[in-house]
Amino acid sequence: MYARLGQILLRSARAPLTARRSQPAVVRSAQAIRPFSVSPRQHSDKLFLHRDTPENNAKQTFEFDAEYTKKAKEIVAKYPSQYKKAAIIPLLHLAQKQLGWTSLGVMNTVARWCQVPPMRVYEVATFYTMFNRDPVGKYFVQVCTTTPCELCGSTGILEAIKSHLGIDVGETTADKMFTLVEVECAGACVNAPVLAINDDYYEDLTPKSVVQLLEALKKGSPPPPGPMNPDRKNCEPVGGLTSLTTEPTGPGFGVRDDL
Amino acid sequence: MLHTLAVGRARYALARSIRNAQSSTARLLSTTNARSEKVEIFINNKPVMAEQGEAVIQACEQAGIDIPRFCYHDRLAVAGNCRMCLVEMERSPKPVASCAIPVTAGLKIHTDTPLVHKAREGVMEFLLANHPLDCPICDQGGECDLQDQSMRYGGDRGRFYEPAGKRAVENKNLGPLVKTEMTRCIQCTRCVRFANEVAGAPELGTTGRGNDMQIGTYVEKVLATEMSGNIIDLCPVGALTSKPYSFTARPWELKKTESIDVMDGIGSNIRVDSRGTEVMRILPRLNEDVNTEWISDKTRFAYDGLKRQRLTAPLIRQGDKFVPATWQEALHAVADRLRTTNPAAMQAVAGGLADAESLVALKDLFNRLGSENLTLDGPRGEEAPVLGVDIRANYVLNTTLAGVEHADAVLLVGTNPRHEGAILNTRLRSAYLYNGLEVALVGPRMDLTYDYNHLGDDMSAIDAVFNKGHPFAQKLAAAKRPMVILGSGVAELPNGEYLYRRVADLVNQHKEKFFQPDWNGFNVFHRTAGRVAAMDIGFVPNGQSTHQQSPSSKFMYLLSADDIEPRSIPKDAFVVYQGHHGDVGAHYADVILPGAAYTEKTSTFVNTEGRTQMTRAAVNPPMSAREDWKVIRALSEVAGIPLPYEDLPTLRGRMHEISPTLTRFDTAEPCFFAQLGIDQLAAKTAGAKAGGKSPIPRVVTDYYLTNPITRASSIMAKCSAVFTKAKTDAEALEVSKQAHA
Repeated sequence: MYARLGQILLRSARAPLTARRSQPAVVRSAQAIRPFSVSPRQHSDKLFLHRDTPENNAKQTFEFDAEYTKKAKEIVAKYPSQYKKAAIIPLLHLAQKQLGWTSLGVMNTVARWCQVPPMRVYEVATFYTMFNRDPVGKYFVQVCTTTPCELCGSTGILEAIKSHLGIDVGETTADKMFTLVEVECAGACVNAPVLAINDDYYEDLTPKSVVQLLEALKKGSPPPPGPMNPDRKNCEPVGGLTSLTTEPTGPGFGVRDDL
Repeated sequence: MLHTLAVGRARYALARSIRNAQSSTARLLSTTNARSEKVEIFINNKPVMAEQGEAVIQACEQAGIDIPRFCYHDRLAVAGNCRMCLVEMERSPKPVASCAIPVTAGLKIHTDTPLVHKAREGVMEFLLANHPLDCPICDQGGECDLQDQSMRYGGDRGRFYEPAGKRAVENKNLGPLVKTEMTRCIQCTRCVRFANEVAGAPELGTTGRGNDMQIGTYVEKVLATEMSGNIIDLCPVGALTSKPYSFTARPWELKKTESIDVMDGIGSNIRVDSRGTEVMRILPRLNEDVNTEWISDKTRFAYDGLKRQRLTAPLIRQGDKFVPATWQEALHAVADRLRTTNPAAMQAVAGGLADAESLVALKDLFNRLGSENLTLDGPRGEEAPVLGVDIRANYVLNTTLAGVEHADAVLLVGTNPRHEGAILNTRLRSAYLYNGLEVALVGPRMDLTYDYNHLGDDMSAIDAVFNKGHPFAQKLAAAKRPMVILGSGVAELPNGEYLYRRVADLVNQHKEKFFQPDWNGFNVFHRTAGRVAAMDIGFVPNGQSTHQQSPSSKFMYLLSADDIEPRSIPKDAFVVYQGHHGDVGAHYADVILPGAAYTEKTSTFVNTEGRTQMTRAAVNPPMSAREDWKVIRALSEVAGIPLPYEDLPTLRGRMHEISPTLTRFDTAEPCFFAQLGIDQLAAKTAGAKAGGKSPIPRVVTDYYLTNPITRASSIMAKCSAVFTKAKTDAEALEVSKQAHA
């Protein structure tokens, strides 16, 4: 009985062995099983909580100065008195322009101007990524790394800035001159890769020209905004126009003479 | 009735959310009357009549179809962000959120199609993708909406293998009551909407966006509102749970007893959850007429006071010590004094926690002995009440709590509704936000969670409402449904008559508006649970009382009287204290008779509206303590004048004889002769002198410590330290952290 069973087992055990020898081996290892998802979760690099710091706490108040008070009054006057909260975003923007960033004091002041509880302003300010709730350097370098810029070499631009300034994305240089961030599409894909410094766009960059740009900024003589490639004018092709090169036709072109 | 009200509320909620998403104190520009037209819609091909404008989810509920939901709540603005209530609507290319679609004629809804199931399963999968699998250590387990609904719509396995793990969110410190586990949060924003709309605590909100969105206060601070406990009930998951209750019990091992709260004069409907002899927690119960489905923090969290400082055995004073005695010894000691004291020198004092049964029994006992010296504790409790107890409209909240929401002008006199009865304050806030209520206050300035016109903090400030040029006087004159709310503290003021006189003048001046067939705008707001019953029964000093002429009472019977002024107890008096806590009253006693607390007896309380409600015993009284009326009945037996009732039905029969309202449960009987009552009041106070310039004192100095139960509660002590005593937000936060550690 047992002998028969043993033969059957042996036979069945032998058969795959011969099969393996004759056929190309399929190697299956644990590592080769593909997971469903491998992309790491993208979290925001910002904290959506307030942490008291020496420069950012409830005691550091903020007030609009004379010039900005005038502007703020103009903004508030645009909205009906019961809808003052509509002025939250423009006032935050204005205050950020004055102070350079959106401190807790800024948010509390805006809440007072709009007559809403401060939390309503915190909600707005944390929702929008362009309100900087931490101090930024004199030059706020926003490198676009969305697909068109990425295809045109924005990674190289970013690396050049990082190695030149010695900071990582989200950091500020020790002399408080530069803050580097990555942003999504800056809307200037035609001259990719681009970066924005404060409100000015610098386009058509190369790792070399971006370093020159940073050096010029350090010296305090920023070049005019626009393409950094001397061969490009505005958003025209490098080396001049390749189409639409003739004089535009005048009125009446191609219209019957008798009309 | 309840049903239609609930539907109406939902319709308002939908309309509100459209107009006014997140305002806290800003109120609506205009309110239009909600339409109540009934239209025909089809749910799963069945014709259903639904009110136009209400949410589809509400119509489905009426049709008996259960729609899963997380963010939708009857009483809050519609957010429409959880997407769990998706249904299929004909001629819509996609499933729609039934909470955010208003009913219109001919709508065709399908709730049980493959598309609906697939959609809800997808939503559930996304919710669970970021939800921790910690149900075994989560306090919400067993009563968790997410857990329950995942049984039906959740997958049997996960598809998400995140290398970086699930989302993790930092916990918040909201104070000693609400425990947070923000990783469990599904961002339904019910708590945010409740805090902003109902509680008036605009510091709670959402920060960030997308996957990083979180609920919190941004700048760390405690949630300082006396309604904060309700966000625990609202939270559909275990993100917000009760800190005092944490890890003490599971919902399925608790005995649930439907009862009534006695922490204030509101008489909130509660459910007492108990295990063995211990009350584990207290939850609200739906009653549209009283507390809707909210309760205040004192109601919810004072329960641990029921376990501490209890009187568990009769005690007799020997020298400066209390010695435990048997009931026989104690009752004989009291009865001997009862028999030998001159009835004119006897005095019974009722406190704010005394139930109607024991008040009736004690009054009957004293009356049989020939004494009418029945007084109330607190200042001026020994004088006959100025308002009088002959006409009921003179001492109850005639407008009713639900009626408050229809008012358009209210004058608060010497009261802080936020601390004397937080539910009334939420009603006032609701009227302020949605009904254009104009509020004015005579009394100390405080934060009421809505704007008001502060007329002044002394009594003469009330004269402003008679000055035709005053803005509030004009608003009052223009109001269609005006109200005046007299606080219970006015009766305790030395010259309180002046305020009564002026209020009577005011009501008479606008009598056609204050007294309408369906509206009575004259209100007295009591802050204790036992006061209205005492007045109904006549447990107040009257013309035959003699203690005023001979103030040196020789025998005093304190029935739960803990707000008694020590100087009103003569040195040589024999003092009996009957109650459940060793609090102020017990300190002056010669004999202590242990009674039962409200969770331990089936007894009657009349709330400030005059609504008679019954508590039900959830647990037994501790050790030798007994139900209060039984103690008095036993005493009468020992004293040789047995009271003619031996069980609750016969005692209730006696109560019915005294006042039929005492046995008509759960209704607030409308009061008649309101005008006569005001005329009497005006006549009685006609000679009252002007109140002078001294400020009206605060009636409740510490919301969390107002009666023996709360004073024995460690939770209430923590709340007091954090919310009342701390001067700044930072200090409150610090104290809260220490209390938790």
